[in-house]
Amino acid sequence: MLAAVLSLTVLGLALGWLLGLAARRFRVDVDPRVAQVEALMPGSQCGQCGFPGCSPAALAVVNGEAPLTLCPPGGKALVEALGNTLGISVDTSAMNDGDPQLARVDETICIGCIKCLRTCPTDAIVGAPKQIHVVMERACTGCGACIEICPTGALALMEEEPTLRTWRWAKPQLVAA
Amino acid sequence: MKLFRFRGGIHPPSRKELSAGSAIETMPLPERLYIPMQQHIGTPAEPAVKIGQHVLKGQLLARASGALSAPIHAPTSGWIRAVTDFTAPHPSGLPILTVVLEPDGKDEWDEFPLPKDPFEMPPELIAERVAAAGIVGMGGATFPTAVKLGGATNKHIHTLLINGGECEPYLTCDDRLMRERAFEVIDGVLLILHGIRWGRAIIAIEDNKHEALEAMRATAKGYGQLEVVAVPTLYPMGSEKQLIKTVTGLEVPAGGLAAQVGVLVQNVATAYAVHEAIRYGRPLVRRIVTVSGGAVRDRRNLEVPIGTLVDDLLRHCGHDGEPERLLMGGPMMGTVLPHAMVPIVKGSNGVLALSKPELPEGSASPCIRCGSCVRVCPVGLMPLELMKRAQNNDLDGAQDYGLSDCLSCGTCAYVCPAHLPLTHYFNYAKGELAARAQQKRKNDYTRQLVQARQARLEREAQAKAAAAAKRKAERAAKKAQEAEA
Repeated sequence: MLAAVLSLTVLGLALGWLLGLAARRFRVDVDPRVAQVEALMPGSQCGQCGFPGCSPAALAVVNGEAPLTLCPPGGKALVEALGNTLGISVDTSAMNDGDPQLARVDETICIGCIKCLRTCPTDAIVGAPKQIHVVMERACTGCGACIEICPTGALALMEEEPTLRTWRWAKPQLVAA
Repeated sequence: MKLFRFRGGIHPPSRKELSAGSAIETMPLPERLYIPMQQHIGTPAEPAVKIGQHVLKGQLLARASGALSAPIHAPTSGWIRAVTDFTAPHPSGLPILTVVLEPDGKDEWDEFPLPKDPFEMPPELIAERVAAAGIVGMGGATFPTAVKLGGATNKHIHTLLINGGECEPYLTCDDRLMRERAFEVIDGVLLILHGIRWGRAIIAIEDNKHEALEAMRATAKGYGQLEVVAVPTLYPMGSEKQLIKTVTGLEVPAGGLAAQVGVLVQNVATAYAVHEAIRYGRPLVRRIVTVSGGAVRDRRNLEVPIGTLVDDLLRHCGHDGEPERLLMGGPMMGTVLPHAMVPIVKGSNGVLALSKPELPEGSASPCIRCGSCVRVCPVGLMPLELMKRAQNNDLDGAQDYGLSDCLSCGTCAYVCPAHLPLTHYFNYAKGELAARAQQKRKNDYTRQLVQARQARLEREAQAKAAAAAKRKAERAAKKAQEAEA
């Protein structure tokens, strides 16, 4: 009995010490910029960039494996912020920021199953069981997560209509003289 | 009085002679009035009427919402026919929420309690009544006047500057107003002075308006606190900061406000509106509009109810064929209109239907770096450098060169020998900056929403676990009871 207790205690202490040593010795330094970049990202884990979430995407951006323009919901504003954080200058003029997409519910098909409400990463869909749902445009990032889950195909991404608040002057087109 | 000079500036052909000779005329009531719910800087007003309801002239149509907003009143008596989307007076031609009013033809005023002697009213009451009357800056900036007055009482304002500059070519509505209604304008100025508890006002008028100067001088005589000053005719004299510099020699710091140098600026038409509101209790429901331009047959100054369509004005004055370009406001800073089915709002000082010969000709060619734009910029910017940055989407670079101080006055584009659309580039760059700020706000908001959702999911999971534990405990207690029994 005593031998067993002693041997296990010694074993535990020795292995624990080894583990502690290994943790110090073989520590992997996480680039602090990854956390910074992740903080800049929308955090909705929508997956539009092709990565499983914002954290892997941030890692890829920092390692230079993905372009700064990877995040559609973030738009040009995010690209500029990322460029400033990472010290990279990007030409955003080629980026098509003109038509942000928003989800919209077709009221004639929606059956009020509340599946989309549960899926939406930003809680942008409002509704109740057996009631027609509606998308709050201000909160929607156009990630499309709701579209795949909708059993009746009532949700679709549509271009955001410009309003007086969002309309901007277009860049003048100069005809080469 | 010693005057100062702001840097730069230009002398575009004034073309004021086209309409300066025609006295203010009242426009007959149109068939329908289209009254947009936003005619001011700030939050749109909220409609307070129902469809089918009968309203009297001056009755409230929409309430101000928030601190920076202005109410909107019925421009005539009649029936509310719709509250719907209608084209806004904006270059985009996009719609805005609009109340449609069908006049009953009686033009019957609502009843307003009249103050006995406004100069015995407590000064705060002036700002309060100005706010209730929906008065906004009528020179075109449409900033709610009451907010400016309210802000002026607790700052160190040493001069009330009344802007009778009217430096935009073609426009003559302020000129006619000062000529024909000098007494009312002066009374409005005195009332504003009372409202801000301060005694001194300078009325600045460009020296090309002799009759207006004479009329205002004659009326202001006898009031020691008023001074009428002729300022040189130089575009953009009517711009707030440039006028302050000319009259007081003070320079408003970059990104700053006039109040920072102790000056409050109000337009003459705003003073007139204050007179109407305080003396008669009448809200702002009409304004004087110059209808001019080569394509207009009878160029006039019309007093029109807010909500009258540009098309009604053009038909009233007659026009020859389709105008080459339709503008609301002056030719330098006015808004290009997509078509004439657009209503007159509180800030519309002019409607210009321009013919082909009046438009600038020549197509754009590369910048030769002649520096003409630098010489004339009234703010002291380097438009050519700004444009280069806007062209290459270097917004931060443009900011460093003072993009946010640009007035969009059009002076640089006017003199550019290469016919470059400089002002258009600056508007584009400012829009991009605004879009970027908007996107950033949305991203921040999205992050908040995601965090809130995660917190909620955790809370729900916890609540579920707690409920399960409770049920388990209850079952155990029940079992124990049964075992005892």
